[in-house]
Amino acid sequence: MFEAILLTVITAATPLVVAALGELVTERSGVLNLGVEGMMIMGAVSAFAAAQLTGSPYIGVLAGIAGGAIFSLLFAFLTLTLVANQVATGLALTILGLGLSGQLGEAFVGKPGIKLQPIVFPVLSDIPFLGRVLFSQDLIFYLSIVLVIGINWFLFRSRTGLKMRAIGDNHASAHALGINVIRTRYLAVMFGGACAGLAGAQLSLVYTPQWVENMAAGRGWIALALVVFASWRPWRLLAGGYLFGAVTIGQLHAQAFGIGVPSQLLSALPYAATIVVLVIISHNRRTTLINTPASLGKPFVPDR
Amino acid sequence: MRIELEKRAGLSPMFSILSPLLALVLTLIFGAIMFWLMGKSPVGALHSFFIEPLLDVWSLHELAIKAAPLILIGAGLSICYRSNNWNIGAEGQFTIGAITGSIIPVMYPDWHSPLILPLMLTFGLLGGAAYAAIPALLKTRFNTNEILTSLMLVYIAQLYLDWLMRGPWRDPQGYNFPQTKAFQIEAVLPELLGSGRAHWGIVFALVAAVALWFMMRFLLKGFEVAVLGQSERAGRFAGFSARRMVWFSMLLSGGLAGLAGISEVSGSIGHLQPAISPGYGFTAIIVAFLGRLNPLGVIASGFVLALTYLGGEAAQLSIGISEKISRVFQGLLLFFVLSCDTLIHYRIRLMLSAAGTREAKG
Repeated sequence: MFEAILLTVITAATPLVVAALGELVTERSGVLNLGVEGMMIMGAVSAFAAAQLTGSPYIGVLAGIAGGAIFSLLFAFLTLTLVANQVATGLALTILGLGLSGQLGEAFVGKPGIKLQPIVFPVLSDIPFLGRVLFSQDLIFYLSIVLVIGINWFLFRSRTGLKMRAIGDNHASAHALGINVIRTRYLAVMFGGACAGLAGAQLSLVYTPQWVENMAAGRGWIALALVVFASWRPWRLLAGGYLFGAVTIGQLHAQAFGIGVPSQLLSALPYAATIVVLVIISHNRRTTLINTPASLGKPFVPDR
Repeated sequence: MRIELEKRAGLSPMFSILSPLLALVLTLIFGAIMFWLMGKSPVGALHSFFIEPLLDVWSLHELAIKAAPLILIGAGLSICYRSNNWNIGAEGQFTIGAITGSIIPVMYPDWHSPLILPLMLTFGLLGGAAYAAIPALLKTRFNTNEILTSLMLVYIAQLYLDWLMRGPWRDPQGYNFPQTKAFQIEAVLPELLGSGRAHWGIVFALVAAVALWFMMRFLLKGFEVAVLGQSERAGRFAGFSARRMVWFSMLLSGGLAGLAGISEVSGSIGHLQPAISPGYGFTAIIVAFLGRLNPLGVIASGFVLALTYLGGEAAQLSIGISEKISRVFQGLLLFFVLSCDTLIHYRIRLMLSAAGTREAKG
């Protein structure tokens, strides 16, 4: 029983973790991309469509990643090359993504999906309890763990990561040091898009293997909140993602049990929890200031 | 090839006016290509999308009905965004305004008095403002990002409405449909003219937009909005309070969204139901930007965006394109508006090679 719940928590948490990790990298480079929801839904529809057309969920995963990354290029071009307002452009990306995915996905509504099957590690999965939970999961779960470790190493142990954090904290100084601010940010935004796309692929290939319009249902926004919650650190983000996954699954189980609370109230829990968590995290002005990348959301035009 | 930006000394007056128009033209060109790719005649599709809805009186009324909430919400948001506060939860404030405004007709269906409508509208306004007060309070008191909190509240408001409709407020004689009883006649916003459905909502919208334009142009409060929006520090030196501006801008935009909510329910639906908005609160964000965050501009852009809704419905009927295409148009439009705005602040140079940079400098 407990094992089964844990498995569903993992499935609910993985898309949040993956999308939030991408946004974490984007924000560390000083760019605030509010379009996570839009990139996620584009990833979901690309993944579903590609899996349907080729019959292979793995090609679906690749298409999800590509869909999110290509879509994020729109944002990158507007905010980095044309220096448009990042908040407004992020919203535009979400609005366009929701519309475009609805249009593209129309042909796939109601089609049975192709589920991404778990990859079972032969010996490890026989470990009692932990084995089933950790070593017989789908590809995207393994990727999420690899991403947490990899991004943590990249940001805090590698030279490029250091440069990226420098850009995020002071793009003018980084530019003066000869670091290519715009190019790095383009890559960071695209990485964020790729991760959001991968998260979307998880939704349409693993979580509920079908295409439903607007199926991201605010997860992109929760991922954005998770980045703040995690104070821009990958391991905390993993913990936060699982906390939110647990809330989501907890309310689903409560609904199934039919305890005397309206289902709508339970469905509202993840959103309410997001607000509560944001308040707790941000009420201390000083720690927020220390943790937030100092150039976050600020426009940058290189002087020559 | 490289694109380089060169800051203009001041804002370009020409592009300030041209950029929204340019964005519209680009959207139309893109739309034409999109229709062509879908195998439809681009001219015919654009005609049925953007021209046909304007050709008869009936649909002009529908245009006014759809423009009313967009202008009302968009005008409030334009002030909010000018002051650098990012309320993106207008859809939730719209929903709550619709609920609080409906309290009287739902609870007292047998009360008949000319007081009902003014009370309903006031309740709607207050409800929307109160709901926007949550992110305002969290921002001023706990320093919490209003973008995320106001958006999360949208989902919560919609679930609350859904619960009311399926639970306590459901019409017992309604054949199990999740909706309230039809409002009594005194609770229905009257039609404006005899020729169609358009109701007083559009008048509220126009009055609100002109009043806000007047405020921005002639009142100290408008100057305060502009200064604090551009630089909080400069505003502090002028003795303006950023904290109070958060309250002002959020309550204003929330109140107008709430008013839009109750006007829509009372004027064009006539009862409360779970789905009351095709995303007006989000589309109004586009309206605000297409109007260049100027309340008068918002009036024009409100009608343009209302046309995309109507055009979507028309195109679905006449050429069999899904009405979802209107969301695509709306998104594209916002993208082009934002990119064209760059022209106002910067001169754009296309550099063909690295050598070009040096030449341009010399």
